[in-house]
Amino acid sequence: MEHVSIKIFATADSSPVAIADAIPVFHRWIQARDLPELAIDVADYSHVPAGPGVLLIGHEANYALDNAHDRPGFLYSRKAADGVSLQYVYDSALRGSRRLEAEPEYQGKLKFDPKELEITLNDRLLYPNTEAGWLSVEPALRAFLDGLYGTGAYNITRAADPRERLSVVVSAA
Amino acid sequence: MKASNSLWNARIAGAIEPGLASEIDAFENEIALKKQGKIEDKIFAETRLRRGAYGQRYDNGQRHDGIESRKLAYPQPGLTKGPNTLWDAPGMQRIKIPFGGMNAAQLEVMAELAEEYSDGIAHVTTRQDFQLHYVHIEDAPSLMRRLAAVGITTREACGNTVRNVTACPLAGVCRGQAFDVTPYARAFASFMLGHPDAQDFGRKFKAAFSGCADEPCSLVRIHDLGCVAQTRVVDGKTERGFSVYVGGGLGTVPYQAKLFDEFLPEAELLPLGQAMARVFARLGEKKNRNTARMKFLVVKLGLEEFKRLVLEERARLPFDPRWTAYLAEIEKEQETPSRPPGLLQITAPEPADQREWRGSNVYPQRQAGYATVTVALPLGDITADQLRALADMARKYVNETVRTTVEQNIVLRWVSESDLPALYADLQRAGLNQAGAGTILDPTSCPGTDTCKLGISSSRGLAGELRMRLAESAISRDDATRGLRIKVSGCFNSCGQHHVADIGFYGVSRNKGGFAAPHFQVLLGGQWNENGGAYGLAIGAVPSKRVPETVERITSRYREGRQAGETFQGFIRRIGKAACKQMLEDLMTLPTHAEDASFYTDWHDVREYTLGDLGIGECAGEVVSPLEFQLTASEREAFEAQLALEKGDVAKASKLAYEAMLRGATALLTWRQVFFVNSPDGVVETFRKEFYDTQLFFDPFAGGKFAQYFFRAHELVAEERTADSATRLIEEAQLFIEACHSCTIREAARLQAAKA
Repeated sequence: MEHVSIKIFATADSSPVAIADAIPVFHRWIQARDLPELAIDVADYSHVPAGPGVLLIGHEANYALDNAHDRPGFLYSRKAADGVSLQYVYDSALRGSRRLEAEPEYQGKLKFDPKELEITLNDRLLYPNTEAGWLSVEPALRAFLDGLYGTGAYNITRAADPRERLSVVVSAA
Repeated sequence: MKASNSLWNARIAGAIEPGLASEIDAFENEIALKKQGKIEDKIFAETRLRRGAYGQRYDNGQRHDGIESRKLAYPQPGLTKGPNTLWDAPGMQRIKIPFGGMNAAQLEVMAELAEEYSDGIAHVTTRQDFQLHYVHIEDAPSLMRRLAAVGITTREACGNTVRNVTACPLAGVCRGQAFDVTPYARAFASFMLGHPDAQDFGRKFKAAFSGCADEPCSLVRIHDLGCVAQTRVVDGKTERGFSVYVGGGLGTVPYQAKLFDEFLPEAELLPLGQAMARVFARLGEKKNRNTARMKFLVVKLGLEEFKRLVLEERARLPFDPRWTAYLAEIEKEQETPSRPPGLLQITAPEPADQREWRGSNVYPQRQAGYATVTVALPLGDITADQLRALADMARKYVNETVRTTVEQNIVLRWVSESDLPALYADLQRAGLNQAGAGTILDPTSCPGTDTCKLGISSSRGLAGELRMRLAESAISRDDATRGLRIKVSGCFNSCGQHHVADIGFYGVSRNKGGFAAPHFQVLLGGQWNENGGAYGLAIGAVPSKRVPETVERITSRYREGRQAGETFQGFIRRIGKAACKQMLEDLMTLPTHAEDASFYTDWHDVREYTLGDLGIGECAGEVVSPLEFQLTASEREAFEAQLALEKGDVAKASKLAYEAMLRGATALLTWRQVFFVNSPDGVVETFRKEFYDTQLFFDPFAGGKFAQYFFRAHELVAEERTADSATRLIEEAQLFIEACHSCTIREAARLQAAKA
């Protein structure tokens, strides 16, 4: 699958976070030059309610402290069409979320729980948010999630609005 | 780039108007040819610009990360999409929205594109366009096809073309309008799009339509061509027409448009536009883009000669049935409501937030029982989810249409007043219920250093910071100051329209002790009303981090010192610019880097503010270098020139402005330790040799424009100036001095890099 995004949600007991605090964090990540992707710049949308928060814009992928639907989470969005696996995208999201949690700005205040995540397929033509679209990707998604959480040990909720991208919120037991 | 790019054409080809489809096919072919090295950089750059595919900051592959300037290692480093512009570097896609009009389906497609090709945000510009950022050039054809399938083109959104045609977002519902200008703006946009007579300009051509002369909604006075609706009665019959203004424009040196015709009959609108385009294409400057806008042509020829040439051209035009064909359909085009009119009924105590929103964001229409609601977008940004929610509201409450505004907001028109509480609730659910539209809480801003290649200071960072602070401040609650408008540009190019704000800012930089610090020039007393009726003048530059305090100071002074009923413009005029400068003098000081390093970073950007790894420069250790002394004196002279002009002493103002430039040039020559004859001719000659011929003084994007201002001022020093030309000279002097500052910063960075 191409253009997959995975958002790992912040736990409910995380303190209310200052999204804008991610600006210096992501600048430091760029300075460190240790991301596998080419990091380009930081985009700040912390002023937009329930928006994309703060993003580290990369060539192959974006990282973000995302606040869509007013639910903070760490988002890794694969932009390049290079056939990386779901596992790769998940690992990138997890690694990023762990790193953000450990940053001084968020240490002890923000915790991401990989048992609740959102997987989005960011291409409406390849992956339409229809029943047929869902059926075409469901086996691959379930295989990945079975491997991650144990067979069937999770709930899946699909985005109901057909105008939205094909996406699922996954909650593991 | 997207894996689906090759599939979209087949999927939606049938839904696209054939002309648009072949236009996009051609662009896709040009992309392929460019990749094969068969198109020159310059030609491809103009090709993509004419389709709205613009460059973006760092697309030359270099970025200062706060520690050092580093190369961005894109996968195809040898492939470019224009001079010094890397292929894989993300770009900005501008999307033209004529008169700001959109329907629900178009909002939904905009949401899809923001998610799939950009970063989840669609941005409304100060000219009613949309912009998407971080778009890969190879995604552009798919993006364009999807837009074209819902009737939107990006054609001629950038480049030397007729840009988006703007119009008052209240057209048709405005209480003060002569008539609805929407059909005329639509016809003009459609007629000029791709018109053969509008393909050979030296620069862009901007047109705007307003329903009345008094309100600011479409800012006709800052446009190349501005049309204000008028009616007249002839033989008992009401005729429609326009007051036509020409040669306006902001940019580095702002020009007020001049009245070309008091009443142009409606049938003459399109042929006049065509004739003007022909004259502009034939006689406008082509080589030097800095003097290529129509405003320069109007000044060069004189209004009367320009008018004579345009009318002569008009008389020669072969008849085109499109000139008047649309007029027969105008009445049918009138927008209608989808719901019956109603009266607002508030049965329970109205929540304070809703009351505040109603006070600022709701405009009672000329049609009883209906209102226009402004959806205030923070910095013009809207998410994909919000776009879909807005599409739903457009379907639920109105006739599926919305309009973008030059204040970077969106309006819903024809809302039945009885629906206002329900609409507010829906807006609240979507996070779109921000009150304070068109007030001090709603500053506008260009993209600035966030994404623009030309940005000097962070205009969005500053505007965002001001929004946040003002929301908590008494300034936003006081009747005197609440209605003031703040506009911020990241540089002198004025995309944030700072000249027509009550309080305007544009980004500049200053150097102290070898460190560069972001600053903003403060402009006070610009006029938003009367379609941008007067421009503010610069008071001086304050460090970026002192701008919030600057706003506090100015507004407090106005609150405390204004006379009964006195407008902000009246207040500024009355106290005079000297008092304004005195009021801000202490805020113009910049602490040294050692005293407070925070002044050397920009808003919402923690990186050290430098173009290179400056470190300690040659002036290190000096509190004030001779260069700083001289440039400060030069700024003072430019300011004194303003004061003289204010008192009506045009000759003195011109002399001072010229001397300010001369002093700035002398400061640079002294700084470079070159020999020169200390006379005006000697300074000009040596400056030309040392700074212009070597291109040392050249701005990375404006080139030698600012030096040319100086040379021209020297050439014309003996000539008597009018008040208008003295005003321009002062503006040019200020820009020249800013360029002196920038030159020293660039040179210090270069020397430091060479040393490293």
